[in-house]
Amino acid sequence: MSVAAPDRPSGAAARAVTGTARGPRRRRAFLLDLYATSVGKKYAMAVTGIAMMGFVLAHMVGNLKMYLGAAELDHYAEFLRMLAYPLAPKDAVLWIARVALLGAVALHVHAAWSLTVLNRRARPVRYQTARDYEEASLASRSMRWSGVVVLAFIVWHVADLTLGVTNTIGADGTFVKEEVYDNVVRSLGRWPVALFYVVANLLLGLHLRHGAWSIFQSLGWSSPRFNPWRRAFAGGFAAVIVVGNVSFPVAVTLGIVG
Amino acid sequence: MSHLEHLTLKVWRQPGPDAPGRFETHVVERISDEASFLEMLDQLNERLVAEGKEAIVFDHDCREGICGTCSLMIDGRAHGPKRATTTCQLHMRSFSSGDTIVVEPWRAAAFPVVRDLMVDRSAFDRIIEAGGYITAPTGGAPDANLIPVPKPVADAAMDAAACIGCGACVAACPNGAANLFTGAKIAHLNVLPQGQAERHARAEAMVETMDERFGSCTNHGECSAACPKEIPLDVIALMHRDYRSAKITNRRDLSRR
Amino acid sequence: MRLDAKIPAGPLADKWDAYKASAKLVNPNNKRKFKVIVVGTGLAGASAAATLAELGYQVDAFTFHDTPRRAHSIAAQGGINAAKNYQGDGDSVHRLFMDTIKGGDFRSRESNVHRLAQVSVRIIDQMVAQGVPFAREYGGLLDNRSFGGAQVSRTFYARGQTGQQLLLGAYQQLARQIGLGGVRLFTRTELVDVVVIDGRCAGIVVRDLLTGEVSSHAAHAVVLATGGYGNVFFLSTNAMNCNVTAAWRAHRRGALFANPCYTQIHPTCIPQSDESQSKLTLMSESLRNDGRVWVPRDADDRRAPGDIPEDGRDYYLERLYPSYGNLAPRDISSRAAKRLVDKGHGVGPLKNGVYLDFSDAVRRLGRGTVQERYGNLFDMYERIAGENPYDVPMRIYPATHYTMGGLWVDYELGTTIPGLYAAGEANFSDHGANRLGASALMQGLADGYFVLPATISNGLAPLLNQRVPGTDHPAFAAAEREARDRFARYLGTNGTRSPDWFHRELGRIIWDYCGMERSREGLEKALSELPALYEEFRRDLRVTGSGEHVNQTLEKAGRVDDFFQLGMLMCRDALAREESCGAHFRVEYQTPEGEAQRNDADFCNVSAWEWTGDPMASTLHVEDLAFEAVQLATRSYK
Ligand SMILES: Cc1cc2nc3c(=O)[nH]c(=O)nc-3n(C[C@H](O)[C@H](O)[C@H](O)COP(=O)(O)OP(=O)(O)OC[C@H]3O[C@@H](n4cnc5c(N)ncnc54)[C@H](O)[C@@H]3O)c2cc1C
Ligand code: HEM
Ligand code: HEM
Ligand code: SF4
Ligand code: F3S
Ligand code: FES
Repeated sequence: MSVAAPDRPSGAAARAVTGTARGPRRRRAFLLDLYATSVGKKYAMAVTGIAMMGFVLAHMVGNLKMYLGAAELDHYAEFLRMLAYPLAPKDAVLWIARVALLGAVALHVHAAWSLTVLNRRARPVRYQTARDYEEASLASRSMRWSGVVVLAFIVWHVADLTLGVTNTIGADGTFVKEEVYDNVVRSLGRWPVALFYVVANLLLGLHLRHGAWSIFQSLGWSSPRFNPWRRAFAGGFAAVIVVGNVSFPVAVTLGIVG
Repeated sequence: MSHLEHLTLKVWRQPGPDAPGRFETHVVERISDEASFLEMLDQLNERLVAEGKEAIVFDHDCREGICGTCSLMIDGRAHGPKRATTTCQLHMRSFSSGDTIVVEPWRAAAFPVVRDLMVDRSAFDRIIEAGGYITAPTGGAPDANLIPVPKPVADAAMDAAACIGCGACVAACPNGAANLFTGAKIAHLNVLPQGQAERHARAEAMVETMDERFGSCTNHGECSAACPKEIPLDVIALMHRDYRSAKITNRRDLSRR
Repeated sequence: MRLDAKIPAGPLADKWDAYKASAKLVNPNNKRKFKVIVVGTGLAGASAAATLAELGYQVDAFTFHDTPRRAHSIAAQGGINAAKNYQGDGDSVHRLFMDTIKGGDFRSRESNVHRLAQVSVRIIDQMVAQGVPFAREYGGLLDNRSFGGAQVSRTFYARGQTGQQLLLGAYQQLARQIGLGGVRLFTRTELVDVVVIDGRCAGIVVRDLLTGEVSSHAAHAVVLATGGYGNVFFLSTNAMNCNVTAAWRAHRRGALFANPCYTQIHPTCIPQSDESQSKLTLMSESLRNDGRVWVPRDADDRRAPGDIPEDGRDYYLERLYPSYGNLAPRDISSRAAKRLVDKGHGVGPLKNGVYLDFSDAVRRLGRGTVQERYGNLFDMYERIAGENPYDVPMRIYPATHYTMGGLWVDYELGTTIPGLYAAGEANFSDHGANRLGASALMQGLADGYFVLPATISNGLAPLLNQRVPGTDHPAFAAAEREARDRFARYLGTNGTRSPDWFHRELGRIIWDYCGMERSREGLEKALSELPALYEEFRRDLRVTGSGEHVNQTLEKAGRVDDFFQLGMLMCRDALAREESCGAHFRVEYQTPEGEAQRNDADFCNVSAWEWTGDPMASTLHVEDLAFEAVQLATRSYK
């Protein structure tokens, strides 16, 4: 009725806490291991986000050529296909870019999806009364929705102007990819389409207003020197994209282009 | 010294972790505006006990804004409407007679409700146990002044170390993320010379322990706004940076072996 | 009963090293055969538990808080002393020792105090290595500030949050050991009894605050690091949940309780603003470095402080104690404030405070430096009082803050129950009749990091491979039953008054008659009122709810019950000590200038009380204090 090292408490000592430090946990290959954590997923979102930002900006600037007339824009599209020709075969570089972009969107969306699931699980019982947010902005809280709409836009947009499935038949009765200018004008000439473009790009702007700031935090780019400028950069970048992109449907509708 | 004549309180009552909860409405009268929010609840509890009812359970201790025990989601804000102020330091001056005040417990999967307004925040301790320390067994330390620490560095560490572990950041975060708390704890040790040896192991262990229990940070910034010690978002960036380099160093180590 | 303090032989300065050299050790592989229970995770408890686990003992740590880092040590603001002499201003182990002895008004044990001063030096090294962000000079070296009762700058600080930073440091070491499995942590678990079998402490009985379940834990040694009992006054600077239960339950099981009447009043707290107030808030004493204390010369000068000209102000501390001025020790400055307020010179709406004025400091150092030093304290004051100290002088008044009294311990920190140790504020400590500022953190960490680990192995070594009682011993079952019945009684009384009501009443009596100034008739009055009120408590208590879930009203009832019994002992102790010393001021015994009048002939001793079953009839034992290194002198801070 006695022991050498008494440590059995009477009753259940269920609540004793000990040995909690995690032992070496099974690790996957480097990048997968990183992506397995939410912080790692945010790196992925940021990197893919930056890639997409780059594309959207370049794309917008390229499209400005339509103000210089049909020839310019069509030639620009041609130029894209001819990148690095004859070193690389026709369309090659473009295809590489396309694949990269597709990958970026896929990764971005997957990360967004799994983080959203994680966050829902982190608060199974929501607050029963309205929250009074101080910092969280409309932009930051609507990332998922703005993102989804942008995704929908991209799908439709590609089908429309690249594949021509949803585009009205060209002058000679078939969709002619090379007639970029005419395609755009014909497509945006339809007011519902123009409206969709405007809405989608406004949402993209909202997405970027938070996103383009968020990348700095996610990647751990923080320095007293440029921190004050991070939000300004995001706002500016979003504004440029929105103004540029929204101008196109507007211009077509008003007949400035076309 | 004046009074608030009449306040309506909607307080969350919940018998246990898994039992369903509901709001209970109480009217309190003639509350001194010098009283703190918790002293107002004390008075309500006194009355409840006198009426033979059960007192409302809520966590509190120091009532000086330093122990981090008090909590409460007051009118949709963690620690109530006043910035940089814990619930125990929130005075009734911040309200006016006739107000209806809604009080909820903090809600997060990692912070299960214990009873009424009391939640279990021990998930924070698991994060510290994973690596939130500098290994320095008693007795072996060199003379304190052998490790000079530049004042700005000491101040930066102190800014982060001011965290009282209250959990308002998690409560306020739309994603239920603990990045501000974990970031603060990592920043405190990772900027100091004494903390360099374990810097990357610490970041890795703490982040991954946090990851198993809390949501993810999408940089809403709500945490820092709710933080009674105004811990800046920079600590999150610092944590993300150290975690990244941790993974890379870690990989190199493995390849070397 | 003869009290053996187990003071090692030899010259004062060598005692500690001599002790360590001769202390019995337990070899590393045998350490894990020993189970040590540490109750309390404040500075003393956390540092003890972490260090004992590092050494290899199996440690069980208990706290009623939800996490170790909530312990009340977190609230300490001002700083921690150490005889580092980094400022080269003539500090030394000996000087810290002398200051502490003198500050304690020659009522503490030389050997313990000297050890404290010696060990203080290594505490700072330890805490810095652990990453405590102490304040620094621009060169990167540690900064110091001066503190009450000392003429050197030996206080290390981390803004106004020194206690928080030290506790986080100790907690992190504890957390590491929990993670590694060296410590088993029990949170929201309250000690409700101590079990003694065959004259030796065999373990403890605890109550799970979440489920109300009462269970037993056996061990080879038990450490109580459960803090002070300042809340016996109801209004104090202590956290709401601080209580005397652990120490008191040990006392009831045979541990002598020493100097209960030595309770410290802190001079710089925010005056009470109204009835509903649940606690008082301390403004760190360090403020007295740059703040000047004054009241209007003319008792009914109604002008705003700013409008009162220099000659209309009485900087009474500078006037009465020229050499220490605003840095005079706590008891002295507290009483000075009380006297002036009693004379009607009080300031503020309720005329219950004195001014602590920073306008000179702001002029001398600039707002920036003042903000640098006291920024967060000023913010705290503004949050509570609603006034900005940069422009309007603070209003301050003394409040109960620290308790020098506690469980009697010998040189090894062992209580009179073998196997039961007491550390930190819970023991009667090294502070005699009055503690100097920034010395409690020092003592808590000294006990936990450096003293206990050495003395406990000395106590455990002889027990190696001996069988000690387990929780299946009937004594544990009996203690559990008693505890269950006690809490059932609180629930079953079905009276009309809440525990808080009784606590408030108890506090009023203790503050009025056993507070800053004590008198024979006052204490006798208290001793006639207390038993009656206690009787009412047992008859008329009302605790709602059940004992099977979190029930804070029930927790409170248990704590108030113990406070009542302690309160009676405090008054009896204050009555028995017919002298004034340090914080214990008997109006009958004062010098013509109204300073404390010691009676070294009859009272140069420690009073240690033994429980007899009736709080009004405890028996008094004394440990005589022998002074070799210092000669008794009247304290003078003039
Ligand atoms: C406002 C304030 C400011 C102060 N400032 C300073 C300062 O500047 N410098 C200085 O040197 N000192 C200061 N002090 C004094 C100092 O903070 C304390 O004396 C010291 O921290 C006590 O530490 P401790 O470890 O002994 O006890 P505590 O830190 O009080 O810890 C007590 C522990 O015991 C546990 N416990 C208690 N009872 C039970 C029970 N029955 N069952 C289970 N667990 C229990 C608690 O949960 C807690 O973990 C200050 C005190 C106050 C109130
Ligand atoms: C394709 C559909 C898209 C979805 C579902 C989506 C969704 C999301 C979500 C949920 C976030 C997380 C919010 C945050 O971390 O702050 C996010 C971040 C971001 N998104 Fe998107 N997005 C999409 C498309 C885009 C596009 C097209 C761009 C750029 C042109 C973009 C740029 C960004 C950026 C820069 C971030 C910030 C990343 C970070 O915080 O590290 N997203 N997105
Ligand atoms: C209103 C603004 C826009 C206009 C006028 C526009 C116009 C075009 C045109 C004409 C093409 C076909 C190019 C070619 O086939 O050579 C195209 C392709 C594409 N656009 Fe847009 N675009 C706009 C906005 C966007 C936005 C906001 C995105 C993404 C978020 C986007 C993503 C794409 C993609 C992915 C392709 C396919 C690229 C390829 O397959 O080569 N576009 N766009
Ligand atoms: S970071 Fe701020 S809000 Fe979060 S736990 Fe620390 S103090 Fe509380
Ligand atoms: S609010 Fe949440 S999303 Fe990140 S920035 Fe703060 S943790
Ligand atoms: S009770 Fe301690 S921070 Fe509020």
